[in-house]
Amino acid sequence: MKVEAIKNGTVIDHITSNKSLHVLKILGLPNEDTNVTIAMNVFSDEVGRKDIVKIENRELDSSELDQIALLAPEATINIIRDYEVIAKDKVRFTNELKSIINCTNPNCITNADEPIESRFHLLKTSPILLRCHYCERLIDVEEIDNQFY
Amino acid sequence: MIKIFDLTDVISIKDFQKKDIQYILKKAENLEKVAKSEEYSDELAGKILGMMFFEPSTRTRLSFETGMKRLGGSCVGFDGSVASSVSKGENLADTSKMFEAYSDALVIRHDLEGVAKFISDIVDVPVINAGDGAGQHPTQTLLDIYTIKRRFDKIKDLNIALVGDLKYGRTVHSLAYALGMFDVQMSFVAPDELKMPKETLHDLEKDNVKFYQTNNLKDVIDDVDVLYVTRIQKERFPDEEEYSKIKGAYLINHHLIKGKDLIVMHPLPRVGEISTDVDNTKYNKYFEQAFYGVPVRMAILKNIIKNKI
Repeated sequence: MKVEAIKNGTVIDHITSNKSLHVLKILGLPNEDTNVTIAMNVFSDEVGRKDIVKIENRELDSSELDQIALLAPEATINIIRDYEVIAKDKVRFTNELKSIINCTNPNCITNADEPIESRFHLLKTSPILLRCHYCERLIDVEEIDNQFY
Repeated sequence: MIKIFDLTDVISIKDFQKKDIQYILKKAENLEKVAKSEEYSDELAGKILGMMFFEPSTRTRLSFETGMKRLGGSCVGFDGSVASSVSKGENLADTSKMFEAYSDALVIRHDLEGVAKFISDIVDVPVINAGDGAGQHPTQTLLDIYTIKRRFDKIKDLNIALVGDLKYGRTVHSLAYALGMFDVQMSFVAPDELKMPKETLHDLEKDNVKFYQTNNLKDVIDDVDVLYVTRIQKERFPDEEEYSKIKGAYLINHHLIKGKDLIVMHPLPRVGEISTDVDNTKYNKYFEQAFYGVPVRMAILKNIIKNKI
């Protein structure tokens, strides 16, 4: 596969197959000002099938990486400056996640009209299992995925 | 130094270790005479308990109020959101901040899950969860366990069945978790629609707690020491038709339990789950259980307000 190299920006590799559009959604992309290249369902020796996203002129911050970890736990992040990979790392789970997804319990206080953001504790990473800090509802990987469709 | 009961809030029974529960049980026993007005105490004189009952309550609210007053303190608050600024559209956060300024501790009941946790995160005074939707009701659990301990002088090895609405009945969520700390034999008897939620089962399995699930009361009734019966929570049912189908699924009457060696408990109010012909028998523990709310909540109030001082 030939995808043009980017001069500056971020390459997110090893995204779970067919999840790249969800990753773009949580990054607020595409928008009018950002060049984005997507490769979906491409073959990889390491992981079988995977997606790749290249984002020009944007370096992701740690909260964005937390969100990507939820959807694509095997993803790797490459920061590119002047065509060189200057930093490379895997996404990492944090023990606590705020404001990324909503609690699936309609009767949870976080879904009421109060000054409160959703907050979850990570119980397991494989498969992902979260617990709402407030109502203690468990959220599994399928319920997380459903929020990005 | 071993730290015992250093909690500053009582939100979920999961915040308790076994030693914390045992500590509260012991303290409650010491306070029974004060609860019955046979001894005098002014340990919480000058302290004010803020009572924020957004949902109706009789036993929980009155036992907190009685307990606070028996310890020399006083209470301010409301029962039902109509009686507060919430009815004018004030949000929970603002109402709680106001109560924080007026009180030394807050007791909160609300129909949304997670409210007590939310408020405890934004105020500096101790917060006690008096029931949050179908979530937790930790002080009810403590008085339930106290009732069992007072009757059998132990908890370990008892055979305890939780019967009825295990999905929406918040008292059983807290109780199952707490009983799991005491090596009991536990059964969950509920119609398929009202089985124990996956969250509670997940926590029990994670702690290697054994339990048995059935929808047939006859599977367990011959072996149990405690029948803990709950009301089908009409107000939490999405529709009336579903409620009608399940209402009255398990009726405990004298004929059913006659000759068996067990006690019947209920967090009350009951709405037809226990026939009144059980009331004047040795099996009835539910009225005594309601009284035990006073010494148990006194023990909590005393410790939680003192921990904060």
